[in-house]
Amino acid sequence: MSVAHLVERKEILICAGAGGVGKTTTAAAVALGMAQRGLKVAVLTIDPARRLADSLGLPELGNEEHQVEIEGSGELWALMLDPKRTFDDLIERHAPDDRTRDAVLSNRIYQELSNAVAGSQEYMAMEKLYELHQEERYDLLVLDTPPSRNALDFLDAPERLSRFVDSRSLQLFLRPGRLGLKVFGRGTGMLFSVLQQVTGVDLLQDLSEFFASFGDMAEGFRERAARTGELLADRRTTFLLVTSPRRHAIDEAIFFHRRLRERELPFGGVVVNRMSSLAVESEEVDVAELVTLLGAQLGRKVAGNLEDYEAMAARDRENVAQLARELDHSTPPILVPYLEDDVHDLRGLAQMDDYLFAAEAVPASG
Amino acid sequence: MASILDKRLVFVTGKGGVGKTTVAAALGMAGARAGKRTIVCEVAQQERMSGVFRREGVGYSETQLETDLYAMSIDPQESMDEYLRSQIKPSALYALLFDNRFFQYFAAATPGMRELVTIGKIWELAQFERRNPSASPYDLVIVDAPSTGHGLAFLQTPRTFRDTARVGPISRQAGKIDAFICDPQSTGVVAVALPEEMPVNETVDFERELRDEMGMDLDAVVVNALLPERFDPEEAERIEQAAASNGSPGGEAALRAALFEHRRARTQRAELERLSAELRRKPVTLPFLFEPELDLRSFESLSADLEAVL
Repeated sequence: MSVAHLVERKEILICAGAGGVGKTTTAAAVALGMAQRGLKVAVLTIDPARRLADSLGLPELGNEEHQVEIEGSGELWALMLDPKRTFDDLIERHAPDDRTRDAVLSNRIYQELSNAVAGSQEYMAMEKLYELHQEERYDLLVLDTPPSRNALDFLDAPERLSRFVDSRSLQLFLRPGRLGLKVFGRGTGMLFSVLQQVTGVDLLQDLSEFFASFGDMAEGFRERAARTGELLADRRTTFLLVTSPRRHAIDEAIFFHRRLRERELPFGGVVVNRMSSLAVESEEVDVAELVTLLGAQLGRKVAGNLEDYEAMAARDRENVAQLARELDHSTPPILVPYLEDDVHDLRGLAQMDDYLFAAEAVPASG
Repeated sequence: MASILDKRLVFVTGKGGVGKTTVAAALGMAGARAGKRTIVCEVAQQERMSGVFRREGVGYSETQLETDLYAMSIDPQESMDEYLRSQIKPSALYALLFDNRFFQYFAAATPGMRELVTIGKIWELAQFERRNPSASPYDLVIVDAPSTGHGLAFLQTPRTFRDTARVGPISRQAGKIDAFICDPQSTGVVAVALPEEMPVNETVDFERELRDEMGMDLDAVVVNALLPERFDPEEAERIEQAAASNGSPGGEAALRAALFEHRRARTQRAELERLSAELRRKPVTLPFLFEPELDLRSFESLSADLEAVL
């Protein structure tokens, strides 16, 4: 199995997985690999480690695409998403008039807390993806999903955001004028005053304005969020799960895969990074031979070291085999070994290329 | 160790996948061993703490795991419910508000509200006078906090609400929570890292941001899963020479594994040194455990290690 095979006839590749499993690195390596194979590729990421950004030629955080110098016939472009900027752009686009736009952008709740709007980072990543896809300037877009508490937040983001902006009822409720009372009937006035008691007048005022100005944009927002959500399910999109062979990460990958299936979203394959099992091979160890070579003390130490590594490798193989069973063995996991140095430059990414684009993956059954 | 276990509230944060839960659990066990009534709180609804003790999920209840050791998974919805119940008297009014679907809508939509009520509940656990007068107070509250990317925003939530709301009950309460978090006598922050490039960068950034944005210092940096230096340079050279000559496949695999181990341990030491050079406080380390899965015994061993180094 090769990543090249997974992205055949695809225009969008979404890398998803738990934190700390090498998601950003994998996204960058796949994008680089496909660019070197002749495609025009853009990789979108949020806040990668700086050295990876440097190695890709990315300057400070910005929503602009930057071209990365590569060998090969294709082009590699990279951008680091700035969720707040994307949110601001979205407001600019959907505001029916300048007054509404300014009201939102200058609202203190928006300024202080727009990053805390549930799922906004995840949604903004998708929003940018949608925009780039619409422009049709690239053969392939690779998205590194933002680090979130829960990888699934990403799938729910469009729906949550459109629920959030669809706040017409909320704005009526928060404007306890005659209209509000008429719509919600008796009790609302009382309710409002209780709410005021809990939150404080000022905060309620700000919130009220915040929801009111968002309400004016609800229609445009909802439509856009629906289309962005549809893009996830499009046959031109594919999901690449990224995991490590550790129990917790594998469990999360299995869970995520099930959710993709439930939602009929296009699952493409799995990359397992940091496999111990490829660093050493299971062979009979002849301690006597090592002792002859290295002397008694060092020989035994070397043999003991291999035993420890074998135990870790056996665990990794077992965990990966479980994952493979979950995937019905239809898409064998693509295994990348624990590389000696941390991957943080084009050279490191090229090292990953050997495994990601191998013609055939090592069988995962152990 | 005395200093960190003597706090009332300790946040444990770090890049995803570095072992925050492991360190939070190990700290909690150390606290309990020191005779402090300790609770470990999770905020991500992953219930990993109860997994360590082979228990069913603890849920939103203070559940005892061992002598003096409790765990709880903090759910924002339940925290909100509990907060409002305590704020709104009489309870008929509370019911009016809580059962109203527009209110539910409002609460879910308000940016940062989930984080605020979560951190509010954590703060409540750390108070000697509990909201529920019959609840026993804790000496120590350990929080398995969101990863560093979200961790700072999480800690800042009360301050943001204090400033945004300006006046009124929310501003007042948020201000109280913020003051508690920023008071080094009461609250500590522990960052967990791995001796690898990206986690080291993120830890260095986090220390700086915590200082710049919150005026707080890290109380400890724990570098997790440090490989032992099994071979010294002279031994590594001998292994390298042996590897150059032909041997049996098993022998070659053993030599390759030894060299691989040696290089990785060396890379890790370099990252650890870089981290030490950049931080104000010298990091402490936990060993890599060559165990297929960490069990309760592994946690006890890590906990004893932590106690010894902190």
